[in-house]
Amino acid sequence: MSQWLKLVARNAMRHRLRTVLTLAGLIAAILAFGVLQTIVAAWYAGVDSAVPSRLITRNAISFMAPLPVSYGKRIRAVEGVRNLTYVNWFGGIYKEPRNFFPQLAVDAETYFDVYQENLISTEARSAFLRDRRGAIVGRKLANRYGFEPGDVIQLKGTIYPGDWELVIQGIFDGRDPKTDTSQLIFRWDYLNETLRIRSRAQAELTGFFVVDVTSADRVAEVSHAIDSMFRNSSAETFTETERAFQIGFMKQTETILVAVRIVSFVVIFIILAVMANTMAMTARERLSEYATLKALGFGPGYVARLILGESVVIALVGGAIAIALTPLAAAHLGGLTATLFPSLSVSWSTVALQGISALAVGVLAALLPMRRAASIGIVDGLRSVG
Amino acid sequence: MPLLLAYSLRNLRVRKLTAALTAGGMALVVFVYAAVLMLDSGLRQTLVSTGDDANAILVRRSAEVEIQSMVDRHQAMIIESAPQVLTGADGMPLVSKEVVVLIALPRRGSEQLSNVLIRGVGPAALTVRPQVQITEGRMFRPGSSEVVIGGALSGRFEGVGVGTTIRFAQRDWQIVGRFDAGGSGFDSEIWGDSGQILQAFRRDAFSSVVVRLADRAGLDALKERLESDPRLTIEVKRERLFYEEQSRLLSSFIRVLGISLSALFSLGAVIGAAITMYAAVASRQREIGTLRALGFRRSSVLFSFLAEAILLALVGWAAGLCLASLMMMVKVTTLNWTTLSELAFQFTLTPAIVMQSLVFALAMGVIGGFLPAVRASRLKIVDALRAA
Repeated sequence: MSQWLKLVARNAMRHRLRTVLTLAGLIAAILAFGVLQTIVAAWYAGVDSAVPSRLITRNAISFMAPLPVSYGKRIRAVEGVRNLTYVNWFGGIYKEPRNFFPQLAVDAETYFDVYQENLISTEARSAFLRDRRGAIVGRKLANRYGFEPGDVIQLKGTIYPGDWELVIQGIFDGRDPKTDTSQLIFRWDYLNETLRIRSRAQAELTGFFVVDVTSADRVAEVSHAIDSMFRNSSAETFTETERAFQIGFMKQTETILVAVRIVSFVVIFIILAVMANTMAMTARERLSEYATLKALGFGPGYVARLILGESVVIALVGGAIAIALTPLAAAHLGGLTATLFPSLSVSWSTVALQGISALAVGVLAALLPMRRAASIGIVDGLRSVG
Repeated sequence: MPLLLAYSLRNLRVRKLTAALTAGGMALVVFVYAAVLMLDSGLRQTLVSTGDDANAILVRRSAEVEIQSMVDRHQAMIIESAPQVLTGADGMPLVSKEVVVLIALPRRGSEQLSNVLIRGVGPAALTVRPQVQITEGRMFRPGSSEVVIGGALSGRFEGVGVGTTIRFAQRDWQIVGRFDAGGSGFDSEIWGDSGQILQAFRRDAFSSVVVRLADRAGLDALKERLESDPRLTIEVKRERLFYEEQSRLLSSFIRVLGISLSALFSLGAVIGAAITMYAAVASRQREIGTLRALGFRRSSVLFSFLAEAILLALVGWAAGLCLASLMMMVKVTTLNWTTLSELAFQFTLTPAIVMQSLVFALAMGVIGGFLPAVRASRLKIVDALRAA
């Protein structure tokens, strides 16, 4: 056994340049694979962090159609509803269109009671309640633009015309790393009051209601109760769990996700071709050595194992280095795309997949050369000239 | 030189497995690269062809898409009477006052809802947009709860087809026809009478006004006239530009992601080529020595090895492009992040993509083959001839 290991190690190091190049290719591929898987996972982060006892009530027409804010009082009265807040997508431009981040007009009194994963200090919260133009920003967003409490910022409305001035009153943190802290929230009553003057048709409306249900078992019953209450009204509602709401949103961009997934597997095939090539070349050059080994009495299995061992060792070393580098690459990418992905953290399943694919590449690449080396006759082998 | 090229060609044939694997790796990279470019060009073609150069679209100032915009009836009337607007055969201005709403419809074979864009259009809509043709059934009758659907919609949504009814905004709408909009964004929309749509959704303002220009160059005059009118809070844009802007977000996402991935993947393929070529050089030392002894120059040897790498890359390019051209049969539907509605488009292969991928493949071959070729050309004749 130890002799076999020694031979494998020596063989792997014989063509340094070739081994190093193969390793470099492997590292790049497994790294790319890991990063792509992480991106796909990050896409679903909103789904994972959805609270099971939370319902979203929106207009049945589509999520772009608003609901009268007066529905809130009636929804609150439904049995099983513990708390409720309402949120309205604002969609403003901060300085330039490319500075995109979500801005939500929310009910200041109840928002932080429902969204308990957004942690905020008591002082900031009361300051927010005191100032009608107040706004609270997430930690990530604050870091990105250097927002600090007291700063005055201006947003240019796209859905709601005009310029909107807001005063930052505090910063909220996420309860866990998956919580999205790249948003800005401000007061719905400020929005509404201005709309009453500027654009009456858009006033007294909100995007959706966020309903906190007493227990996760009652969500079906409560959502049914809410929707039947507004059936045949001027604005019918559609209520679903936060998770379903997020999935619905994801599903529509699924094509792109599927493409990213497919591409992440293509890279494994690319590196498989490179690795198989390396092994085929190596085995071809050493045919006469294998024949010598056979002539000395080693069986075909031993020769095959030599090739397999070399291939797997190179693949695993490359895979291990790539796995070690993945979190670094993900963190770097996360810094660049802070607006798109709330969190880019490498999951254990990604690491496992990387390991498995490295191993698979090592084994598959060795198959053809193994067969050839094992089956070659001693005389032919001794005669061959690489 | 022809001799050396034949020599390279034969060498590739002798090492079939190795050559095939190297070219295969390159083919996959070319495939990813070309597929990304095809996806992007398909998306852009669809949205660019949605707009017409002879049309101007008017939306509320700073609204980027129609669903964000509002133009009330009074403003719409002022726009209609602008002199730069073309007049139709019946003496009426060729203007379509439109209202755009998103509705969620269940996709066929799943519970998932997708956003579909409903467009209420004016009576002149088909004249304003000549690329739209009714291919099945008939146009809706003005003032009725009838709609026509875009070609890309039929078959994608549960119970949406000519002759059926769909329910939204508390009304049943009869689908009386299907239109073809030449692969543009309208193919993913449902059209109805704007008066009826306004009423059903309880709105009293249009989303946009589309006007046919009497003269293509008249846009600036129209812009000048309407944007300086204090009664109006609108922005005038050429329709083609308006729709092209809607493709930017998704298009740049696809491009940035796709191109950085291809660059990363090409690293693997380049390494594969380099390994192959290094091995080729190492195992042919004696042959190289012989060639040099026969009087071939260093540069000839360099070129012959480089040619071999390029040949590999060409094979990879051809295979990858064939694979990618199969993608043209795939229809893609995805949410356009700018308009928030679903959009159907196809992978589109253009001559530019063929050239770009060729350059990309050649670059991979040259980069991968260069160092090994240099090594081959640097060998000393005596050492090379002595090599085992």
